[in-house]
Amino acid sequence: MNTKTTPSTVHTPTFTDGDEFRIPTFQLLQQDGTLYKGAKAPSLKKDTALRIYRAMIFTRVLDERMLAAQRQGRLSFYMQCIGEEAAAIGSAAALDEDDMIMAQYREQGALAYRGFTADEFMNQLFGNVMDYGKGRQMPVHYGSAKLHYMTISSPLATQIPQATGYAYGQKLAGDGKCTIVYFGEGAASEGDFHAALNMAAVHRAPVIFLCRNNGYAISTPSVEQFAADGVAPRAYGYKMDVIRVDGNDILAVYEATRLARKIAVTDNRPVLIEAMTYRLAAHSSSDDPSGYRSKDEEAVWREKDPILRMRHWLEGRNWWSEDEEKEIQERLRREVLETMKRAEKRPPPPLESLVTDVYDEVPPELNRQLENLKTHIRRYPDAYPKTAEQARGGE
Amino acid sequence: MPRMNMLQAINNALDIAMAANDRVLCFGEDVGVFGGVFRATSNLQQKYGKDRCFNTPLVEQGIIGFANGLAAQGSVPVAEIQFADYIFPAFDQIVNESAKFRYRSGNLFDVGGLTIRAPYGGGIAGGLYHSQSPEAYFAHTPGLKIVVPRNPHQAKGLLLGAIHDPNPTLFFEPKRLYRASVGEVPEEDYRLPLGQAEVLKEGADITLLGWGAQMEVIGQAVETAEKEGISCEVIDLRTILPWDADTVVESVLKTGRLLVSHEAPLTGGFASEIAATIQERCFLYLESPIARVTGMDTPFPLALEKEHLPNHLKVFDAIRASVEF
Repeated sequence: MNTKTTPSTVHTPTFTDGDEFRIPTFQLLQQDGTLYKGAKAPSLKKDTALRIYRAMIFTRVLDERMLAAQRQGRLSFYMQCIGEEAAAIGSAAALDEDDMIMAQYREQGALAYRGFTADEFMNQLFGNVMDYGKGRQMPVHYGSAKLHYMTISSPLATQIPQATGYAYGQKLAGDGKCTIVYFGEGAASEGDFHAALNMAAVHRAPVIFLCRNNGYAISTPSVEQFAADGVAPRAYGYKMDVIRVDGNDILAVYEATRLARKIAVTDNRPVLIEAMTYRLAAHSSSDDPSGYRSKDEEAVWREKDPILRMRHWLEGRNWWSEDEEKEIQERLRREVLETMKRAEKRPPPPLESLVTDVYDEVPPELNRQLENLKTHIRRYPDAYPKTAEQARGGE
Repeated sequence: MPRMNMLQAINNALDIAMAANDRVLCFGEDVGVFGGVFRATSNLQQKYGKDRCFNTPLVEQGIIGFANGLAAQGSVPVAEIQFADYIFPAFDQIVNESAKFRYRSGNLFDVGGLTIRAPYGGGIAGGLYHSQSPEAYFAHTPGLKIVVPRNPHQAKGLLLGAIHDPNPTLFFEPKRLYRASVGEVPEEDYRLPLGQAEVLKEGADITLLGWGAQMEVIGQAVETAEKEGISCEVIDLRTILPWDADTVVESVLKTGRLLVSHEAPLTGGFASEIAATIQERCFLYLESPIARVTGMDTPFPLALEKEHLPNHLKVFDAIRASVEF
């Protein structure tokens, strides 16, 4: 609809169903690694491109190995992001290193890109004494203060209005930073999504909302999530810039995010990006997609693998070779396996970590509960093999 | 020393906090140029600008989500929920997010700068949805602090205490006292400690425990009881979570009797928690069952508000029953 020619009042009833707001998908890279006709690749330096690619490979290797570890009973739970690596990593690469990232739970690629090491991933996954989160959250709930990656929480969409507030604080601080917040198309049905986008537009917060529309919320397909043309058109209702992008196209994701960041930081305006992708993995290690979708459907998307697409592009530029591919695959597999073996042998966090960080200081009543627990463990040491020795130490 | 009502004391506390630190922000529904529906934020936007004191859209979960993000970023948000009755859309952000932010991140991140203010309690003919006292819902959530002031002096000192406390704090303001409670309030910045009850009056026969507007009701009941020769010890709990059990225990070990009074319904009210703890720690010293004088287990009524509320007569009646047990 051309709003410039639409009168502000009419005198016959006029409905609109919004169909005039169809939003196209921005694509640059074809699956064979060549650009679409008329498409222009973003200026991406070779070292940045290779850093992106290495983060993609690392994430894929980690995902494959850790799901296997879960199947072997070595890990309680895992969540893969297979097929969605470009959406998280391409967007993270377009940010400043100290822009804030507030993720959902399927953006381990963004964290890997920032430089979270295999050891750091493993310590969280095994909830051992070296986990920054002190073994309190289920696997994949990573966080890193030094890498500006907010610790993940399981409730969906709660991070979205928090990102608006975080970005508003960044704007007042005047440090030229912004916040990116990731969520799925399912989480976008939560009230927090609406609250966050509306407040961001009203209060002009420099925040990038990146929706990974991966087709499924556990088993619920997106056609049962919303009747509209995806999530993107909602931006109009908030008076917010929006772009829909091919989420498996690393160059398109990177370029869309780079431009979105510019709008956010220079104009103090939020931007919505809808990255169209597909969750090739199950929702989590507890899920089995064969109950709700077909192998044929998955096969179509397997052909659109974002990592392979980027590899073809790199090879086309002579930035990558078969030998380098073999070398990195072997090296990362070895690294993941070795760090896993180390992490699973590390002891659990200390007994005291049960009661610290609830408040800045442990309240007296909570200390009393801890002392009671130690007394109990001393009475039944065999039932508490992880902590029996520590409880004895408190005697 | 100037005399202020509770609203003026709260406004003065916010003014002091905003003047002292650029990162303190006040926001919520109608909080901006209008100064809030009760005028607790009057003149703050005029003084500190629209960036730091502003209206938000009408979305409580958004207000607290936004506040959580600001606090995580290092700002010091003082978010207003217009009535405590309307805090429930933000329950998830408070209970699952504010309260757990530090714990779940292993202290990498926290929202300790967050203070949530909300007018609270009955007695103003507000019916079901402008009268509730929801402290017990939040008292079941480790990680939160909950504060209720009883008069203007306490309101200013406790609010400044809450704003500077490095933990997310719910600050429930008994709105019946907003204009009704007037007293001397120091002009300067002063902070009262969180987590500490205050013994308002020493006595020998029974301990009376409450918070917020209920302290006035307890005070009236004490006047009657003392005329009948019953010596009452009166304690204002002030902080509901984490609560100061030691002060209450010490008192009950002396008096042997305890009465707890709050406006919220009986079942699952915070008096239940206090009673359980005190019977555990004072069992052999108790001379009578611990009494609870509370609102009834109903939604908050309108026409029969007086019948519903735990007034001074009900408190006095329970004092007598406890002493004569």
